[in-house]
Amino acid sequence: MKKTPFDSKRSEGRRTFIKTATGVAGGLVLPSISSNAWAQKKDYPALGNYPAGVSGDTVVAGLTLDLTGPYSAEGAGQRRGFELAAELLNKGDPRVKKVSPLTQQGILGKRVVLAIGDAETKPNSAVQAATRFIRQDKAMMIAGSVSSSVAIALQNTCDRAKTLYFPIISGSSDTTGKDCRRYGFRLCHHAYTASKAIAPILAKEYGKNMKAIHLVPDYNYGHSIHHYMKQFTEEQGWTTIDNPQIHPLGATDYSSWLLNIANSGADILINHDYGADAVNSAKQAYEFGVLKKMKMCVPYLPAYMLEEVGPEIMEGVFGTMVFWWTEGQKNEVGKDFVEAYKEKYNALPRDPEHNAYMTMLLWADAVERAGTFYPPAVVEALEDGINHKRPYSMGGEVYFRAEDHDGVADFAIVRGKKPADIQNKDDLVDVVAVANGLDTLPPIGYAGCSMGSAT
Amino acid sequence: MPSMSLFMSQVFNGLALGVLLSLIATGLTIIYGTLGVINFAHGALFVVGAYAGYSMFMATGSFVLSLVAAAVLAMAVGLVMERGLIKRFYHRPHEDQILVTFGLSIVIVEVIRGIYGGVGQRVPLPSWGEGVIDMGFVTYPLYRVEIMMIATSVLFACWYVLYKTRLGLIIRSGIEDALMVRLLGINVQRYFMLVFGIGAAAAGFAGMIYGPMVSIVPDMGFRVLIQSFVVVVLGGVGSFPGAILGGLIAGQILSLTSLFNPVYSDVMLFAAMALILIFRPQGLMGVEGRA
Repeated sequence: MKKTPFDSKRSEGRRTFIKTATGVAGGLVLPSISSNAWAQKKDYPALGNYPAGVSGDTVVAGLTLDLTGPYSAEGAGQRRGFELAAELLNKGDPRVKKVSPLTQQGILGKRVVLAIGDAETKPNSAVQAATRFIRQDKAMMIAGSVSSSVAIALQNTCDRAKTLYFPIISGSSDTTGKDCRRYGFRLCHHAYTASKAIAPILAKEYGKNMKAIHLVPDYNYGHSIHHYMKQFTEEQGWTTIDNPQIHPLGATDYSSWLLNIANSGADILINHDYGADAVNSAKQAYEFGVLKKMKMCVPYLPAYMLEEVGPEIMEGVFGTMVFWWTEGQKNEVGKDFVEAYKEKYNALPRDPEHNAYMTMLLWADAVERAGTFYPPAVVEALEDGINHKRPYSMGGEVYFRAEDHDGVADFAIVRGKKPADIQNKDDLVDVVAVANGLDTLPPIGYAGCSMGSAT
Repeated sequence: MPSMSLFMSQVFNGLALGVLLSLIATGLTIIYGTLGVINFAHGALFVVGAYAGYSMFMATGSFVLSLVAAAVLAMAVGLVMERGLIKRFYHRPHEDQILVTFGLSIVIVEVIRGIYGGVGQRVPLPSWGEGVIDMGFVTYPLYRVEIMMIATSVLFACWYVLYKTRLGLIIRSGIEDALMVRLLGINVQRYFMLVFGIGAAAAGFAGMIYGPMVSIVPDMGFRVLIQSFVVVVLGGVGSFPGAILGGLIAGQILSLTSLFNPVYSDVMLFAAMALILIFRPQGLMGVEGRA
């Protein structure tokens, strides 16, 4: 049949109609395919600051740091660690992916923003700062502490608000013991683990017939570590002099307690102080001639004590630390951290910086694994850490124990170097042993932890 | 029961503590007695002295120059505070004075933290302060014995100025009755400024001599502030002999309590203050009715 112009137009029209109709139909079908796919992704209810806190393109981490008070130096160190971690996460730095392999950029694509507040080493101030971060800034995570009293108060507050909380330094075993909370996760070692690890080393070094006297700061952490050091040293055969010198947190003049210690007949002073208190008590112990009469041990050794007190006093003093940079150089994650820190701050990191950095990365990893910021899902992901162990900066692997949220992480037992052996300003201790994180943890339920619900 | 030698060593230690507390409290009591100002910035001036001394020591290595710098800079800061802000509060209620001086103390401490950071600084012991003295019943750091002597000398100098000079006469008269002194044609304002400066200098000086014993941190003044207020209440407001007596008693309470129950040292100090407030509110050497 001869094609007429009229015919062509009509067939063009039909083809166009069919193409268009197909296009429109396809277009109509497509969203329902997509929405089916989205509908299969779990729809989480609102809880805590979810989803409000991540409705934009940022996620806020509220940092309650002890920027003033006897632990202010450690607080400042934590700040540097967090800032480094946030920067690397936001860049999607490859070093971060060794701990958080699913990280692309930020956390689930959200840029990490840090809100910083001063906890003043006081529980009230810390809770006020955390409440502000949760209510005003819609923080999805709160972190930071040096004082265990602060950590425990924050853990309670955040648990009620269904917001994750990470104590960064908390030496009291109660934090993951009788005061444990479903939303609290603690990475660092503590009174029980430090005492269990160091007591045999002390017995090996000094023998089993030592008389020990304890200098104790009068708050939660001080009593916790006093209790466990007494227990574990007595298990080694030591005698504890029944006159513990308990003093207020933040005391500057230790003369009266040190005079009692000097007259006690002890062979060793167990110094449970931390931060500026440890520096003052150690310096004054030296001045009062206490250290000529007896040895000293600082079982939970604060990061900056070594340089603030000086090697003449710290020589031969045993202690435990979460991290030491020489040990960090022996594994990839540790080396990455030390390098990144040095690039940014032109210094070598210590415990506070380390704990903050690793905690932020482990949080990022848990959120990525959960695929959501929905708080109970992140809690579950953290609790599932035993099936997703990550390489750790002290060697070995790290995860949080599901039953009490205690960090399973190796830590260092150190001894102060002789002044003559010190090669540079960061070469302050020998790592005499690396304590196994899992072996030193208390048996599950030992410290009285009983977890609540996540919803 | 503690042994006699331990007891004696704590008595001696209490004396050393007490002399230092007396020195700090003297500045506070003179300011309060003369100006009627409750100076909650006294602890901050203590810290200013410690850091000024530290910086001078780092620059020159001279302990003596550091002491001078501590007193001078604390006095300068005190004078600026007084002329700039506090003089406007002389006739305001005590609560306002507390608020403004406390606020000033926060500002001063945070400025210091901003300049020096939170990590503790060390001032080494001067060479003439190293070592210990064996006194038989106690082996005591030589430096603490020396600062007892230094603080005693400064207190003696304060006594001399207060009781043997015209300036001291005016200050003591101002404590008794500032209005009458003004009516006698004396420029009380200028003397007030001087009194504040002297009080500040005493606090700063105490901060520097305390420095080598402790880690110098921005928060070191807070405890000292509280303890010096207790001493002033114990001894009597505006009374120089009261500041000395109060300081010595406070020192003994702190050290002797630790013999029996170390936790209660601070508690016993406040218990003593409470007893004084109940039974003799004007303080041991204060005069009844003086505000």
